[in-house]
Amino acid sequence: MATHEVTFPITDEAEILKLRAGDEVTVQGHIIGIRDRTQIRIFDEGVEPPMDLRGAFLLHTAPGVRKVGDKYEPVCIGTTTSARMVRFTEPLGAQYGVRAICGKGGFPDEAIEPMRALGMIYFAIVGGAAALETTQIEEIEEVAWEELMPECLWKFRVRDFGPLTVGIDAHGNSLYHDVQAAAHEKLKELYARL
Amino acid sequence: MSTVATDIQQAVEDAAAHLYVWALKDIPQDLRDALAEAKDRETSIPGKRVLETIVRNVEIADSNSNLVCQDTGIAVYTCRVGEDFPLHPARIYEALKAGTERATLEHPLRSNAVHTLTRENTGPNTGYRLPIVHWEFISGWDGLDVKCVPKGSGSENMSFLKMCVPADGVNGIKKFVLESIVESGGKPCPPGIVGVGIGGSADYAMYLAKEAIARPIGTRNHDPHVAKLEEELYELLNETGIGPMGLGGDVTVLNCHIEHADTHMTLNPVAVNYQCWAARRASAHVAADGSVDFDREA
Ligand code: SF4
Repeated sequence: MATHEVTFPITDEAEILKLRAGDEVTVQGHIIGIRDRTQIRIFDEGVEPPMDLRGAFLLHTAPGVRKVGDKYEPVCIGTTTSARMVRFTEPLGAQYGVRAICGKGGFPDEAIEPMRALGMIYFAIVGGAAALETTQIEEIEEVAWEELMPECLWKFRVRDFGPLTVGIDAHGNSLYHDVQAAAHEKLKELYARL
Repeated sequence: MSTVATDIQQAVEDAAAHLYVWALKDIPQDLRDALAEAKDRETSIPGKRVLETIVRNVEIADSNSNLVCQDTGIAVYTCRVGEDFPLHPARIYEALKAGTERATLEHPLRSNAVHTLTRENTGPNTGYRLPIVHWEFISGWDGLDVKCVPKGSGSENMSFLKMCVPADGVNGIKKFVLESIVESGGKPCPPGIVGVGIGGSADYAMYLAKEAIARPIGTRNHDPHVAKLEEELYELLNETGIGPMGLGGDVTVLNCHIEHADTHMTLNPVAVNYQCWAARRASAHVAADGSVDFDREA
């Protein structure tokens, strides 16, 4: 299990293909915060997002912020459960060129094939570790769709964002799939012992 | 009389406001110890990475005086009210609600409360029947114990109820708990506390499961049959291999707590309520004269 540093947005697909499920990754550059309502607006209501998502790293978040003048400052920024938003994976990659989605708890198996076909990664963050995550957000550079607060479209500049674990890679491997398969086998053994 | 009542009501409100923020920022020592122990015990590489990060996060929350986790949850309070405590529970409820609102506005904390159908925000972490309060009444006592348990949605969404039949027996209970935790995978931010409620009725079993997650980690049920089941389930759950954040590993749960009630001869209800690694709780004791003692370990 290798360790990598990747800067987003990426332009070279090789940056994605070198990552393997289980690897540790630290992210630099810019990441985009997104949540349920943001994606419902894009895909169910058909509103074009006012930010470029090509090569982007999306974070499942609803940040706690405070407004100082006309800028937002981070108070407490953490990450939410991803599974609720799995249905947006394919269109995010196919229509907008998103390359990475980061959240907690993983995606179910239906994300594996679109991520393989479109060269995308699912990154597992440590859920709930918001005190640490907040220190890695250098600046909130842009906020769109403020009326959806806190489920706006956020642009964060980050430094040493992580540690992240590659949960699903672009080669069809998913740690979540493997852990569930092993756990179901184990359950059979445990039931037999009861 | 009314002056005294107002002062005590203010004391309960102040205690609630303090407890909510305190619980969110400063996790109890038993939880810190359990997380540190889990970090040392874990052998999977991603699992160890997760636990090291959690421990580091708790330290950063301390040094930056920030929240441990961004999800301020729904405020749940458990109250033990002495029969001679000089404030009626209706007023205690008002005070808890006012305290929750004040803490949310003053800190400020993220407000999560919405109408369950319209999804419109209903107030600063308050609304119709929010916060949620569990009550217990104690005869021959004049004090009040309040415990605040902010409950995050990631773990609350992993709640399960099964009306096992008596013929399913204890094994039916074990299987349902195991299957629920495997199904939850990484979603409730494991490793945490698995709360189990058994017996009573459907609604009461779930209530008891919530009581169970609010206990100090690793405390055991007073009934030896139930305590034995707690130990067994704790061992079995850690054999599932789900691991920290569902990435695989040795530590799937920090512990398993069970609360029980006697039930109908035809019933065997089992409820599971998950509490994430950020198992936040903070307690206070309010005396009849309005003086307050905060006790982080209760
Ligand atoms: S499940 Fe718990 S630790 Fe995870 S994000 Fe929610 S409140 Fe925080």
